[in-house]
Amino acid sequence: MPFDKQFVSYYTILRKGIVRIFRIWPQTLLPSLMTSVLYFAVFGSILGSRIGLIGGVPYILFVVPGLVMLSVITNAYADVATTFFTSKFFSRNIDEILVSPTPPWIIIAGFVSSGVVRGVIVGCLVLLVSLFFALPSVAHPFIVFLFLVLSSLVFALGGLINGIYAKGFDGISIVPTFVLTPLVYLGGVFYSIKSLPPMWQQVSALNPVFYIINGFRYGFLGFADVSVITCFLVLFTLALILLGINWYFLQKGLGLKQ
Amino acid sequence: MANALTITNLRKRYAAQGGQGGTEALKGVSLTVPQGDFFALLGPNGAGKTTLIGVVTGLVNKTDGKVKVFDIDIDTEPEEARTMIGVCGQEINFNPFEKPIDILVNQAGYYGIPRKIALPRAEKLLTDLGLGEKRNQTGLKLSGGMKRRLMIARALIHEPKFLILDEPTAGVDVELRRSMWEYLTTLTRAGITILLTTHYLEEAEQLAKHVAIINKGEIVANGTMDEVLALHSGAPSKDGYRGGKLEEVFVQLTSTT
Repeated sequence: MPFDKQFVSYYTILRKGIVRIFRIWPQTLLPSLMTSVLYFAVFGSILGSRIGLIGGVPYILFVVPGLVMLSVITNAYADVATTFFTSKFFSRNIDEILVSPTPPWIIIAGFVSSGVVRGVIVGCLVLLVSLFFALPSVAHPFIVFLFLVLSSLVFALGGLINGIYAKGFDGISIVPTFVLTPLVYLGGVFYSIKSLPPMWQQVSALNPVFYIINGFRYGFLGFADVSVITCFLVLFTLALILLGINWYFLQKGLGLKQ
Repeated sequence: MANALTITNLRKRYAAQGGQGGTEALKGVSLTVPQGDFFALLGPNGAGKTTLIGVVTGLVNKTDGKVKVFDIDIDTEPEEARTMIGVCGQEINFNPFEKPIDILVNQAGYYGIPRKIALPRAEKLLTDLGLGEKRNQTGLKLSGGMKRRLMIARALIHEPKFLILDEPTAGVDVELRRSMWEYLTTLTRAGITILLTTHYLEEAEQLAKHVAIINKGEIVANGTMDEVLALHSGAPSKDGYRGGKLEEVFVQLTSTT
C-alpha cells in the first residue's frame, strides 16, 4: 500500500475515533470532569488546606498534575481498549479493517492516536476545571505537553493490547480495575514518595505511573521526586515495548484471527 | 489469463480448547476460480465454506497450502491481494450505530480511497442497491434485507475485481433475493469475478457457471454447472423427496461421503 493510501487509511481510523469521542461525549468527556471536580474539592480544598505545604507549594497545587494525569491515563486506556474490543467482540466490524490492505502499524497508529486525542482533550479539560480551585503555575510548558502526549500514548498502547487480547467484557474491566487503578493511586498522585518509608519508596520506583506523574509534575512545579530525564526514558522505553507487543499481536492475528 | 483464485492443498486445523486434538476444517482443498466467472461453492453447514473464505480474505490463519488471488500470493503480498477482493460475510458485521453512507466511506478509506472520491461512489452504490433514502439512518433502523444489501455495497466500494459473497441472501425474501440476483448478474457482466456460497441451490443453479461442492473439508465435486448436474444418478432421494437437479446431486454427494 503506497504511503498516500496508508495516510488515508490512518486518517479514516483516527477520524472515526474522534467522531465517536464527541458523539458520545457524556460517556467519554463528562465523567472525568465530574470526578475531577470532586477530587479538587475534597482533596484539594477541604483536606488540602489542613495538609499544608509539600515541597514549598500548597497541597492543591501539588495534587493538580497528579489528578490531571489520573484522567489522562484512564481515558487514553479506556478509549482504545473499549473501541477496539467492541468492534472485535460486539459488532465484529473490526473485520472491515482486517480484510482491507491496511497494514498492522497503521491500525495501531489510528487507534492509538484516537486514544491520545481523548487523553489530551480530557487532560486539558481537567486542567481548566482546576483553575476554579487554584491557579497552577507552569514552570516548563514543553515538558507538560510532552508528558501529556507521551502518557496518553503509553496508555493508549496498553489499552490496545487489552482490547486485542480480551476475550470477554470481564477482560477489559479486570485490567483497569485491578492493575491500572492501584498503579495510578500508588504512583504518587496524592503524595510525594519522600513521605513514605524507604522500603516503600523502592517499591514505588518499580511503578511506571510514578515516573509519568513525576515528569508531568516537574513540568508544572519545577521539582519532582525523580529526575525528568529518567521519567522520559522510562516512558519512552515503555512506549517502545508496548508498541512491539501490539505489532506482534496484529501481525500474527493473535486474539483476532482464528 | 490468470485465475481469480487458485487454492492449492489448503489445510486448516482449529486447535481444541484444551490443547490436544482439534478439528480439521479443510483437508487439502484445491480449487480454481476462473477470471470473470460466477462460481458457486456449496456445502452443508460446517463443511468448511466459511473457513475457506476466511483464509482467502485474511480473517483465518491457514495451517498449510497456497492461496493466490490473480496470481498474487496472499502470504508474500497480502496487501496487494486484499486490494483485489471485496467480501460480504455471512454475519452482519457493521457498526449498527453508524450511518450507511459513513460505513461505505470509511470502508473506502481503509483501502486508501479519499473521502472526495468515496462519497459519490457510496451515493451511487446505495442508490443502485435501493438504500439511497436510508443513507443517513443508523444501521439499527435497517431491515434484514437492507443490512444484507448494505454489506454488498460495502464490499464493492473499492471496486474489487473479485467479489466473495458468503450466503448473501440468507433470510432475504424472494422478491428481494431475485433483485439481488439481477444485480449480481450485472456485476459479472461488468467483469467482476464472483464466488458465492449459498444454501439456496436454485440460486446457484440460476447464477453460477462453475460449481464446487465441499463436504467435511474436502471438495467432492467441481466443474461447470453442466458437468456437476451430469453427476445426478437419476435415482430418487432416500427420503422420497425430489428437489431440483442440483439439489439431488448435492444430497447424493454430501450424504454418501
